[in-house]
Amino acid sequence: MKVRFTVVLAAVLMAVLLCAGRPAQAEDTIKIGAVLSVTGPAAFLGEPEKNTMLMVQDAVNAAGGVLGKKLEVIVYDDESDVNKAVLSAQKLIKKDKVVAVAGPSTSGNSLGIMKFFEESQVPLVSCAASEKIVNPVGKWVFSVAPLDRHAAGKILADAAKKGLKKLAILSVSDGFGQSGRAVLQELIPAKGFVLAADEVYGPKDTDMTAQLTKIKEAAPDAIIVWGTNPGPAVIARNREQLGITTPLYVCHGVASKKFIELAGSAAEGLMLPAGRLIVADQLPEANPLKKLLLDYTAKYQARYNAPVSTFGGHGWDSVSLIVKAMETAKSAKPEAIRNALEKITGYAGTAGVFTYTPENHNGLSEDAFVMVKVEKGDWRLME
Amino acid sequence: MNISSLLQYLISGLTTGSTYGLAALGFTIIFNSTGIINFAQGEFVMLGGMFSVFFMKWFGLPIAWAVLLAALATMIAGALIERLAIRPVKGASPINLVIVTIGVSIFIRGLAMLVWGKDTYALPAFSGDKPIAVLGAAMMPQSLWVLGVSLAMLAALKAFFSHTIQGKAMLACSFDRKAASLMGIGVERMVLLSFMISALIGAVGGAILAPITLTSFDVGVLLGLKGFAACILGGLGNPFGAALGGLVLGVLESLGAGYLSSAYKDAFAFILLLALLFVRPQGLFGRKSVKRV
Repeated sequence: MKVRFTVVLAAVLMAVLLCAGRPAQAEDTIKIGAVLSVTGPAAFLGEPEKNTMLMVQDAVNAAGGVLGKKLEVIVYDDESDVNKAVLSAQKLIKKDKVVAVAGPSTSGNSLGIMKFFEESQVPLVSCAASEKIVNPVGKWVFSVAPLDRHAAGKILADAAKKGLKKLAILSVSDGFGQSGRAVLQELIPAKGFVLAADEVYGPKDTDMTAQLTKIKEAAPDAIIVWGTNPGPAVIARNREQLGITTPLYVCHGVASKKFIELAGSAAEGLMLPAGRLIVADQLPEANPLKKLLLDYTAKYQARYNAPVSTFGGHGWDSVSLIVKAMETAKSAKPEAIRNALEKITGYAGTAGVFTYTPENHNGLSEDAFVMVKVEKGDWRLME
Repeated sequence: MNISSLLQYLISGLTTGSTYGLAALGFTIIFNSTGIINFAQGEFVMLGGMFSVFFMKWFGLPIAWAVLLAALATMIAGALIERLAIRPVKGASPINLVIVTIGVSIFIRGLAMLVWGKDTYALPAFSGDKPIAVLGAAMMPQSLWVLGVSLAMLAALKAFFSHTIQGKAMLACSFDRKAASLMGIGVERMVLLSFMISALIGAVGGAILAPITLTSFDVGVLLGLKGFAACILGGLGNPFGAALGGLVLGVLESLGAGYLSSAYKDAFAFILLLALLFVRPQGLFGRKSVKRV
């Protein structure tokens, strides 16, 4: 009995102390929010994003903060669930009264919470890649992840350079694959290519030889695979098994070492558009992003003892851009941050060089990607 | 239509189908001894694959030992499930027990995710990655392993159920628990044994499939579902039907993807399954049961 009483007493005391500590802090802190999928199926996006955002927060504070105040990033986990994302967004806007929000990690969750930011006039900088987030342009919504259109454009530019005419698509039947498929269906004829075959596989499928056999019959000059791990790795293995030598492009969704590990020797020679992060050490010294990317990689690995991913990079870019906007606006008012974000030009982030305009709230271009080839079990910069 | 493509579709279908068949086998054992559908069967398959990968990684074991240990570990997991989740609610109706197995499957999946993370892993193929050419179509050596092991397990099960006293006792339990126990059969022991055997079958399946399908904490969901469909197709409770049902389902999917549309290949297979069940509710090879509650 006595023990329990002591525990309760301690808990009450702690609560009182915590409450008392709060208002004093609020005066000299700038609060920004983040809604991220730290757990659930999209955790591979949200977890590195959260880690990176906290890293940026500490780096900013170590360098004296923003506008002379401490930066605080309040991260809520939406568990990859759009309902939780909506609740978190409302909590950030109404209760925490943040001046800007970074995230969500996934396109679905971003599309689900966008309207609250238009209503409450708080800027949102999404880490997700869907084109629908920034097209049509919403006054208060920005994004930092390169679009499917950029990746597809990069692949097609490479195919054109190699003189490949007839292209086949093999895409996964989830949201990511179907959005890529739609862009490819539009761009392939528009850029003068012929769409030879258009096949689909399920996200959990374990054998794609049937689709590849059908594609083989259509005799394309190259195959474009659109999906995230492990699907494309299975396709690479099936392609080797069937003895298909047609060049294979995979998309930016598999740009991590895991893909090479899963596909093994079948990954050799495959090409993909990827952010510069995975080939940072191969970039020419003159590239303005090289130092930033190597720096991010080293700091992230030192702090979390885990490999970096382009997704974590989106966390870096979203928070850094908000901080940058506050500094140029010399204000931490939501309206001022939004206006400053729209005027940012030539800002070097991990995903590329950002230039926002009133018509373009994504800020990136095809140039966010470089073409990369798998060689001896590692990524090799092609250009 | 060209012959080597058709052959390739058939080979692809048989490979995928034997994975479904292996998952389906485990369902029949537990169904035969308890009358319940064990929805954690897919998790046994996952555990077999994941244990193999990690025994190789952690202890640097050769693959044969890793698979053997994985099968043992999964058998223990199967026994634990029976003791901790099924036996305490004995006497409950089969539908309640089925729901318990769904809970168990979610629990195991969550545990696997916490221990091993969310990544996908690959196991090296048992006898190399060099495809065998058959009349212009290609076949992986691992597919032969899968087909061979499935057949061997089928034969072993057949022998077990029709020639050993244990197997017959197990069958007796499924027909009438009370009568079986009156005949001096330890029903609880039989149920425990059936969970261990089906865990063993699932685990061996998971391990030989892992080089083809890759493995991750949630690989059991789809395999369990397709395995269950294969079971229904072949007729519940019949191991041969289950294995054949798997093969039929796999071939249907592959032909559907090849000649109709790859986007609707799952739908195509399941529509045929539904159509078949309208005509033959007991499945392709099921006996017509007079009364089965």
